[in-house]
Amino acid sequence: MLKTPDKTLISTKGVCLTLNGREILDGIDISVDEGEIVTIVGPNGAGKSTLVRVLLGLVPQSGGTIERARDLRVGYVPQRFAVPDTLPLTVDRLLSLTMRCKPAEREQVLEETGIGHLRASPMADLSGGELQRALIAKALLRRPNLLVLDEPVQGVDFIGEARLYRMIGDIRRDRGCGILMVSHDLHMVMAESDRVVCLNSHVCCEGKPSSVQADPEFARMFGPEAARVMAIYSHDHDHTHEGGHVCPTDGHDHKH
Amino acid sequence: MWSEPFFLRALLAGVGIAVVAAPIGCFVVWRRMAYFGESLAHSGLLGVAIGLFFGIDTTIGVVATCLAMAVMLATLQRQRILANDTLLGILSHGSLALGLIVASIMTWVRFDLTALLFGDILTVSEADIAWVWLGGAAALGLMAWLWRDLLAATVHEELAQAEGVPVRLVEIGFMLLIAFTIAIAMKIVGILLMTALLIIPAAAARKVAPSPEVMVLIAALNGVAAVVGGLMLSAQWDTPSGPSIVIMACLIFVITLVVPAVLRLLRPA
Repeated sequence: MLKTPDKTLISTKGVCLTLNGREILDGIDISVDEGEIVTIVGPNGAGKSTLVRVLLGLVPQSGGTIERARDLRVGYVPQRFAVPDTLPLTVDRLLSLTMRCKPAEREQVLEETGIGHLRASPMADLSGGELQRALIAKALLRRPNLLVLDEPVQGVDFIGEARLYRMIGDIRRDRGCGILMVSHDLHMVMAESDRVVCLNSHVCCEGKPSSVQADPEFARMFGPEAARVMAIYSHDHDHTHEGGHVCPTDGHDHKH
Repeated sequence: MWSEPFFLRALLAGVGIAVVAAPIGCFVVWRRMAYFGESLAHSGLLGVAIGLFFGIDTTIGVVATCLAMAVMLATLQRQRILANDTLLGILSHGSLALGLIVASIMTWVRFDLTALLFGDILTVSEADIAWVWLGGAAALGLMAWLWRDLLAATVHEELAQAEGVPVRLVEIGFMLLIAFTIAIAMKIVGILLMTALLIIPAAAARKVAPSPEVMVLIAALNGVAAVVGGLMLSAQWDTPSGPSIVIMACLIFVITLVVPAVLRLLRPA
């Protein structure tokens, strides 16, 4: 993909967070440019969602600085989302919850996320993948230049996962927005990610994912489409975590 | 009974309360705050006692006490010392017990405890009706103003916050509304049955409503029907007004459960 000179949307320097004496985040440097897809991976409890909350300004950091572009508009899809089952809410109503917008705009974002036919459906009837699409549509309605997706493929099967990733790739291509994504899966990340950041309280490592997962077995199991969009991000660790300290080793594996 | 002034007063106040309680009751159901509302209601007795002790209007005493209770609950809940339901149980019954003791100590005031606990239509005065309608209109106004933000915060608090909704402020406004509704409804339904008037009409509206707004509308209709039916029952058989209204609300709830089931059975295969 050809790129114009990148504009940084959000960047942090040495962001720390200590909660009840426990160090959740430790010296995080991370940035997302316009048109860039950055994926954060890491084990459970690594502080991925907390980092997202800090970036969004929902939780104040204990140390470090966050710089946001002057015209930053964030569209956020949270990790857990369940409408109370006593609350009758249609997809269409969800979209206009915090934003006044024309019906045509709502229709357009629903078409963009491929659930135009579900506009009048109650939220309770949606499948995992449809729910994620509805939430992404809601986020797109704000015309974001940064889309923050916390585990967008949770509760979605493998084929649905590939389709969702393709849709996210399309959104980046069509809208040119930056995308910050969180994934709990250490191995499966979107091939189109420009950078993968491995987080475990601190940034362990970051880099480009291998472009395409070429394993013919993978392609056979999940179809060529899945193989096209997904990749195994392999990275060599040069340290282990012992008692909270980072110890250098000779290419030893993480026990995530 | 329709020609009795006390009955008409109770009816006027009751209908007003049912309408105000509808949107607040819906939010109590959506946000799973039934026990929270119950705890605030239980502190109402203490509020009445405090109001009488200082010689101020009891409605103001109740609103102030409920608000203090709400702030205390919210603060303690955030500390996460105890499970929420345990905490609510302690404060709910603790404040009720304290209210009963304070009421018994103040021997110079004659307390009609049964009326306070279960409601008494005979005690509804013109001033109470004014409280219900003027205060109720103000409460509905505040509710309408908070509606969008409170609904967004109810669907997903963090997402609402990320999208610029002042969640804390909106929640404080909602607690103010609950406290106020309890204060004005106490005379009719009584402290012990207050929560029922909030949640039963809303629960009965849930199955049939296609949107949050329609659910509030149906809850209001359910509430008005329960109040009218309950007060008629109360006047006819001399039953306490609070329990009569609650029984009517329960009856409506059962009907909303049974009727669709029967219709399904009757539908030709």
